[in-house]
Amino acid sequence: MTNKIDKVIELDHVVIRFSGDSGDGMQLTGTLFSDTSAFMGNGISTFPDYPAEIRAPQGTVGGVSGFQVHFGHDINTPGDYADVLVAMNPAALKANAKWTKLGGSIILDKDAFTAKNLEKAGYKTDDPIKEDNLGGFNIISAPISSMTQETLKDTGMDNKTILRSKNMFALGMCYYLFNRELTFTEKFIETKFKKVPAVIEANKKVLKAGYNYGYNVQELTPYKVAAEEISKGTYRNINGNTATAWGLVAASEKSSLPLFCGSYPITPATDILHELAKLKNFGVKTFQAEDEIGGVTSAIGASFAGNLAVTTTSGPGLALKGEAIGLAVITELPLVIVNVQRGGPSTGLPTKTEQSDLLQALYGRNGESPVAVIAASTPSNCFHYAFQAGKIALEHMTPVVLLTDGFLANGTQPWKIPNMEDYPEIKAPIAKEGTENYMPYLRNEENLVREWAIPGTPGLEHRIGGLEKMDKTGAVSYVPENHQVMTDLREEKVARIIADVPDLEIIGEDEGDLLVVGWGGTYGHLLTAAHDMQKEGKSISFVHFNYIKPLPANTKDVFKKFKKILVAELNNGQFVNYLRSMFPEFTYLQYNKVMGLPFTSIELMDNFNKILEEK
Amino acid sequence: MAAEVKLTFKDFKSDQEVRWCAGCGDHAILNSVQKAMAEMGIPKEKFAVIAGIGCSSRFPYYMNTYGFHTIHGRGATIASGVKVANPDLSVWVINGDGDGLAIGGNHFIHLNRRNINLNLLLFNNEIYGLTKGQYSPTTKEGTKTKTSPYGTIEQPFNPGELVLGAQGKYFARTIDVNMKLTQEILINAQKHKGTSVVEILQNCVIFSNGVHGFYTDKENKLDRQIVLHHGEKMIFGKNNDKGLVLDGLKLKVVTLGENGITENDILTHDAHEETPFLHWMLIAMKGPDFPIALGVIREVRTTTYEQKMEDQIAEVKAKSPIKNMTDLLHSGSTWTV
Ligand SMILES: Cc1ncc(C[n+]2csc(CCOP(=O)(O)OP(=O)(O)O)c2C)c(N)n1
Ligand code: SF4
Ligand SMILES: [Mg+2]
Repeated sequence: MTNKIDKVIELDHVVIRFSGDSGDGMQLTGTLFSDTSAFMGNGISTFPDYPAEIRAPQGTVGGVSGFQVHFGHDINTPGDYADVLVAMNPAALKANAKWTKLGGSIILDKDAFTAKNLEKAGYKTDDPIKEDNLGGFNIISAPISSMTQETLKDTGMDNKTILRSKNMFALGMCYYLFNRELTFTEKFIETKFKKVPAVIEANKKVLKAGYNYGYNVQELTPYKVAAEEISKGTYRNINGNTATAWGLVAASEKSSLPLFCGSYPITPATDILHELAKLKNFGVKTFQAEDEIGGVTSAIGASFAGNLAVTTTSGPGLALKGEAIGLAVITELPLVIVNVQRGGPSTGLPTKTEQSDLLQALYGRNGESPVAVIAASTPSNCFHYAFQAGKIALEHMTPVVLLTDGFLANGTQPWKIPNMEDYPEIKAPIAKEGTENYMPYLRNEENLVREWAIPGTPGLEHRIGGLEKMDKTGAVSYVPENHQVMTDLREEKVARIIADVPDLEIIGEDEGDLLVVGWGGTYGHLLTAAHDMQKEGKSISFVHFNYIKPLPANTKDVFKKFKKILVAELNNGQFVNYLRSMFPEFTYLQYNKVMGLPFTSIELMDNFNKILEEK
Repeated sequence: MAAEVKLTFKDFKSDQEVRWCAGCGDHAILNSVQKAMAEMGIPKEKFAVIAGIGCSSRFPYYMNTYGFHTIHGRGATIASGVKVANPDLSVWVINGDGDGLAIGGNHFIHLNRRNINLNLLLFNNEIYGLTKGQYSPTTKEGTKTKTSPYGTIEQPFNPGELVLGAQGKYFARTIDVNMKLTQEILINAQKHKGTSVVEILQNCVIFSNGVHGFYTDKENKLDRQIVLHHGEKMIFGKNNDKGLVLDGLKLKVVTLGENGITENDILTHDAHEETPFLHWMLIAMKGPDFPIALGVIREVRTTTYEQKMEDQIAEVKAKSPIKNMTDLLHSGSTWTV
C-alpha cells in the first residue's frame, strides 16, 4: 500500500511516543512500529517507559505505559521530545504532553475521554486541551475505540475482546502517517496468534481500518522519513540487557569455560538473569541465590572451581557485594560484576537511569581494593563490553565491574550481527597438570597475572583465602613490608590491563575550544549534541570513555589539546572528580543532572554553547 | 568414582603450623577429618575444603587439599558455587556456630532447602572464639560472656532443628573428643548425596571451656549420650539398660527390666524416615532428663540440586536447535540489508 496523496512532509528523523494504560498494549505497538521501521531501512532507537507499580489503578497517571521510537537518519538516542504522541486515554495525555514538541501532533482516542476517565487522570474540567494549554499542538481526536468496535461488529466477538485490538487501529493510523508497510506486522500477528485464526483476522482488519482511517481524514499529512545509510549485513534488534547476557555467553564460548551466574533479582538488572536462565543449551548455570551476597559468593566459588563466573545486579546489590568483591581482589580470582545503574541512594528510583554508582564501583570496598571498571555506551555494545569484561577478568585474574544503566538496559537498537570469528579466543592462565612446585601467587612478569589451578587437577592442591599472603607461595603473612608489596602488586596488576585498552577516539577535530567528555550510557545524547554543533561550525570535539580503570593510554594527550574540558554525566560529578585525581594538571568544567532521566541533546547544546561563549 | 586410591591421614596434612590453642577441640576434629578422608577412596585433588571466618575456619590452611578460607558467614554459598560449577568435587564446608548460624544463618537454611551435595561441619563451641568470647546463636540462655556480662537474654538455636525446619535431609551430631564416632559419621556424610550437616560439639578451652562437659563427663557420659545407628534399638547407658520409648506424643527414657519393659518396647532408629517428627524429638533431647543424641539422626535420600541442574541442561541441550553463539545471534527476527 502506498499513499495516493502527493502532499508529504520530509523529515530527517522523527520521534513517536505511544502511550496508554498499561493494559493497552503500548509496548507491543511500539515494538511493532520500530521493527517495521528498522526493516524499512531507518535507523532506530527505542525506549520503554513502564509504570513503576505493577498494577497501578487503571486510567490513572501512575498506570500509564509508554514506548518511544526514534527513527530516521543518524539516530543515536531514543529522541528528546516526541513529534507525534499517541495517547489512548486522558491519563496518557496528562503524563506525556510535556514530552511532546511544541507544534507536534497528538493522536487521541476520543472515545476514552469520558468524564470518568478525565477525572481519574486528574483533570478538573472536561477540556484537557485547554486545561493543559495544548493549543499549540496539532490535536487529532480520532474515535479509535468506536471505529474498532465498528470494524469488528460482525465477528461475534465480545466487546472486551474487540477493544483489545484498538492498539492496532492506532498503529494502522501511524503506519499511514509514516508510510509504513503493513506486511511485517501482519506476519507478526499471524505467528503470534497461530492457534486462534479469528484473532488474526480481527487484528489485521483493525490494523487496516486504522490505516484507511488515516488516509480518509484530512488532518493527517503523511511524512517521509530519511533512511539510514546502512552497511550491508544481517541485523536484529537488541536491548542492553539481552546484549549483556549474550556477550557473557560469547566470552564463555571463546574461553571454552562454562558460564556460571550467581545473582539475585533487582530492577533494572533482572532481565540479564532471565536471559541467562533460558540459555541452558549453552550449559549456562544460573543460581538464584537468597540475597546478593549469596549471588556474588556463589560466583566466587564457581570461579575458584574454574568457571567463568558472573554476578549481575544494580546499585543496592553492588553495595551488598562489596566485601565479597574484596575477597576476589585479594585471592585474585576472575569475576565479572555487572552493575546496571539506577537512581539512588537506597531504593531511590528503581526504574530510572543514573550514573551514580561509578565511585562505588571504583572504591566501594574496604581496604585498597582495585578492580577493573568498564562501561558500555549503547544498548548493542553491551555485547562487546560484556565480552571484554569476561576477557579481562579471565586473562588478568581479576574482578571486573561492567557498568551499564537503566537507559541502556531497556533501550533497543538495530544491531548488525557480529561475526563470531572476528572475536578473539580468550586465554585464561590455567595451570597445567604436572606443573612442578605450583605456587598460587607466582606471577607472569609481564602482566603480573598468577596461574589458576583448578580444583580436581592432581598435584596442584593449594589454599587461598582472604588473609594477606606472601607473594608467590600464598602463605598467610602479617609481615608489614609484605602487605605493602602485595598492595602495590594488586594495584599494578590492574594498571597493566592498559595494554588491552584501546586509545580514545576523538569525534571531531583533535584540538580546539571545547572538548566534551562523557562515559557510559550518555554516549548517544552527547554524540548528537556534538554532531549538531559541529555542523554549525562550532569548535567542539567529543571523547567518550568505555574504559575507566585503567583509563586509555592517550587520555592525557587528548586532553592537552583543548582550551576547555567539560565532563557531562548523570550524577553530581563522579567521573570528573576521578579525572581530577588522575590528571590534576587540567581544569575541568562539569555538567551534571540527577533527575533519573537521560540528558536531552537540546539541554546539552544549550550548555555547550554557553561555555563556548564564555571567555 | 576413580580407581582405588591408597592414602593415609598424613597425605592430608599441609605444611602449615597449626595455630589453635593447645587443648582446643579443633585439633581433634582436624585429625578425625584427615583420617576419615584417607578412608574415603577419593583422590586428594578432588577435595575442596571451604571455610568462612572464625577459629574453626582456619581449617583449610591445615589440609593438603584444595582449600579456600573465605569471608565470615559465606562458606556455604561459596561452596555451593564450587559444587554446582564442578559436581565432581567432594566439597566440605567448615562453619563455626557464629559463622554458620549468625552472619551465615540465611545461607545455612537455603543450602539445606536446596540440598546441594556437600558436607557442612558445624563446629559448635557456643561462643565466638576468634573475636575472643562473645555469645553466639547457640549460647545457652543466661550464659555470661563478654557481651552478656549479666547473662544472655536470647534463646539459642538448636542447629538440627534449623536443618529440619529448612527441609534438610541429613543431620548428624558428634563430639570433638569422640574421634571414632566422628570419623564414622564423616564417612557416612560423604556417601550421602545431598547436603549433610554434621554438628560437632567442640570445646573452646579459652572462652567456653566445658560447655559440653555435662555430656562428655568421663564418669557419666554413657548415661548422658545415646549414639544412634539406623536400624538399631535406641539403647544406651553405662549398663546398656536404658532405652527410649514413645509415651503419647513424647519421648521417654525407660529402664530395661523395670515395669516389664523389654527390648521389644524400645524404639528402633529409622534415619531414612522422611517425616521429621521423631528426628525432631531426638535432636531436641537434652540433659538432665534425656541423653543427647549423637550419630546420624536423619539421612533421607532424594535427588540433589546439582543433579537436577545437570539433567535440565542435558534436556535443553538435546532439544535446542541453537548450538552456538552464531545460531543464537541469528535466532528470532532478523533482516538483511
Ligand atoms: C563481616 C565480618 N564481621 C565480623 C567479623 C568478625 N568475626 C570474625 S570470626 C567471628 C565469630 C567467630 O565465631 P564462630 O563462627 O563461632 O567461630 P569460632 O571462632 O568459635 O570457631 C566474628 C564475629 C568478620 N571477620 N567479618
Ligand atoms: S579460642 Fe577457643 S576455639 Fe579458638 S583456638 Fe582457642 S580454644 Fe580453639
Ligand atoms: Mg564458635
